[in-house]
Amino acid sequence: MRAVDAIMECLKAEGVEHVFGIPGGANLPTYDALYDAGIRHIQCRHEQGAGHAAEGYAKASGKVGVALATSGPGATNLITAIADAMMDSVPTVFITGQVRTELIGTDGFQEADITGITMPVVKHSILIQDPRDIPTAIHEAFHIARTGRPGPVLVDVPQDLSRADIPYEPVDRVHLPGYQPTTEGNAKQIRLAAKALANARRPVIYAGGGVINAEAARELVEFATSDRFPVTCTLMGLGGFPAPHEHWLGMLGMHGTRSANYAMDEADLICAVGARFDDRITGKLSEFAPRAKFIHIDIDPAEISKNIPAHIPIVGDAKNILTKLTREYRALEADSSRLDEWWSRIRNWQDKHPLRYDDSEDSEIKPQYMVQAMYEATGGDAIITSDVGQHQMWAAQWYHFREPRRWINSGGLGTMGFGLPSALGAKAAMPDRDVVCLAGDGSLIMTCQELATCVTENIPVKVFIMNNGYLGMVRQWQELFWDKRYSSVEMGASPDWVKLADAFGALGMRVTHKGELLDAMKTALAEDGPVVVDVHVSREENCYPMIPAGQAARDMVG
Amino acid sequence: MGEPGTKEVLNLEDLEAAGGIHTGRTHILSILVENKPGVLARVAGLFSRRGFNIATLAVGPTDDTTISRITLTVDGATHPIDQVTKQLHKLVNVIKIRDLEPEESVARELALFKVSADPETRGQIMQFTDIFRGKVVDVSKRSVTVEITGTDDKIEAFERMIRPFGLIEMVRTGEVAVSRGRSAT
Ligand SMILES: Cc1ncc(C[n+]2csc(CCOP(=O)(O)OP(=O)(O)O)c2C)c(N)n1
Repeated sequence: MRAVDAIMECLKAEGVEHVFGIPGGANLPTYDALYDAGIRHIQCRHEQGAGHAAEGYAKASGKVGVALATSGPGATNLITAIADAMMDSVPTVFITGQVRTELIGTDGFQEADITGITMPVVKHSILIQDPRDIPTAIHEAFHIARTGRPGPVLVDVPQDLSRADIPYEPVDRVHLPGYQPTTEGNAKQIRLAAKALANARRPVIYAGGGVINAEAARELVEFATSDRFPVTCTLMGLGGFPAPHEHWLGMLGMHGTRSANYAMDEADLICAVGARFDDRITGKLSEFAPRAKFIHIDIDPAEISKNIPAHIPIVGDAKNILTKLTREYRALEADSSRLDEWWSRIRNWQDKHPLRYDDSEDSEIKPQYMVQAMYEATGGDAIITSDVGQHQMWAAQWYHFREPRRWINSGGLGTMGFGLPSALGAKAAMPDRDVVCLAGDGSLIMTCQELATCVTENIPVKVFIMNNGYLGMVRQWQELFWDKRYSSVEMGASPDWVKLADAFGALGMRVTHKGELLDAMKTALAEDGPVVVDVHVSREENCYPMIPAGQAARDMVG
Repeated sequence: MGEPGTKEVLNLEDLEAAGGIHTGRTHILSILVENKPGVLARVAGLFSRRGFNIATLAVGPTDDTTISRITLTVDGATHPIDQVTKQLHKLVNVIKIRDLEPEESVARELALFKVSADPETRGQIMQFTDIFRGKVVDVSKRSVTVEITGTDDKIEAFERMIRPFGLIEMVRTGEVAVSRGRSAT
């Protein structure tokens, strides 16, 4: 069998139904095999787009996302998506073509040492050197991508090897002596954690994206309600705990709620679940949660005590550990009334500092209102992807995510241009769900060519542009910390988005008055094809509250 | 331990176990890796990416040809050593890591010294070499090359003795080490 046909067999055996990519000389054999493999190939317009689409696919479905690219520039175009997938632990497999083996290392046409270039941003990578290794390599890649702490795996296949004839036999097991993720969680540590929780008077559960990766949302609710534990989530963890829940404090961190950040600040015990103490959460490390002891549950041992020393480290799968922890905790029959004081303090913050904005202007569209309108138009039930900037933070604050895998954004790398391609990937995975990309006008232009993909491949995503004519988040920082010296943040000649949508064959709409917004959104959602809605919002609105970078929760402004 | 309340949970051992503390001494990491292309680059890259400095590095095959051993020394004063080992563990091709305690292991390094020599000084250099249980491996009219194995202290002591003769070149392999006693490293 041709090695490339074996690749297709392996992909099918892994349950792959969709792949995203662009062909070229070095992966021509792969594309030949794809031609009648029975796997849907979604031809993107830029490899970065294909990579983000694979991420969106993975985040929406929980399955492994796959992107293909040719050698050299095709492969280097994937790098942003690979780095993004690494930072956000997204299970993805990237299969690149490589120049023929006799050309490797000679600076051949379209050659790039992609395994070398991507080494710091992959979970693992494999350069194929013997075509007979291809089936095993593909299965290893999927295994590594989806188990333990998920992440991107790159398989680089030289063109000549991909055409070789190999004996193909299905691979049913992979053997990786150095790769044995811990899933169970140490029983003694779990017991210790339960006892610490039973003694805590001001506990907080701080949940991250790991909860979603581990499919542990239900277990998190069980755990949180085994007593009256308050819960806050990171940007990546949103939807991991239902926002309407009475234990919910809102998101924490730089643009988190005051109640969440103040609770962290005053907590005596913080139980971190699948969260990595990112600097956007901790602010100034030495002043982060100064009174607290830390229970840290994570599948990745290297996260434990990386930034904040954990008093009770528990390495393993969050679903598994939360189940056991809940059981241990219930058995202790702790006196719940000890938390009365804590809750009255929290309720006090919540009453005094709800998220708010000035909505007195009649016709002007406030960005926060735009997100509220999205929530209403979609019934709070859509998959929302976003780009990076103010709009992302407003979406996180105002679209009250009730379930996991509904909020797809670039949290770790903060990649502008992530929104549209990840939306098309999410829609491919979840065709029955509304998928809305909340785009920044600055971000969207970075990957707007993927509108062509949406139109050609009939992927009806709805793009709502929060158009403020600025690189808004940067403008906000310049306003607050750089004396309003607005250096290179005005967007100048942005395209006429309605015409741009039209040029790509999508429907374009424009909304400038508040009163028209909700209807326009509903109309867009009801359309069969892809739609771009250009929403003009008030230009210089700031995203509050905010902890200035490197400062403490107590220094929140706005 | 009695009823472990939150207070009792906070103690130094816990913190140390969790790796939040700099040990302050040099660590010898003995790392078994799959003998595959790119593995050394991954290991070294991991250190440079995080700004960790490798003091010495030695690599060679083991008795099993599919497995190599990397011996690597790092300074635990500047980096929390457990972060290093945990990050190393994440590399798929890394099979096993031992952090060798100095008292419980034997470490050796090989060094070659090329020293200026003439008929008058040659005898003296050879005498020093004898004292240090070294070996002369090359002699020319105006130089002697000596091989010394031992701990880094010994090699440094030899260097101090020999330098005044005129040190032309010197090269060290970096330490290799095994644990003491019967058990495999
Ligand atoms: C690829 C990339 N380049 C630069 C940045 C830095 N950056 C962060 S937010 C931002 C502005 C985003 O503007 P826009 O997409 O219009 O969103 P807004 O903040 O206005 O909602 C920029 C430039 C980034 N995050 N990603």
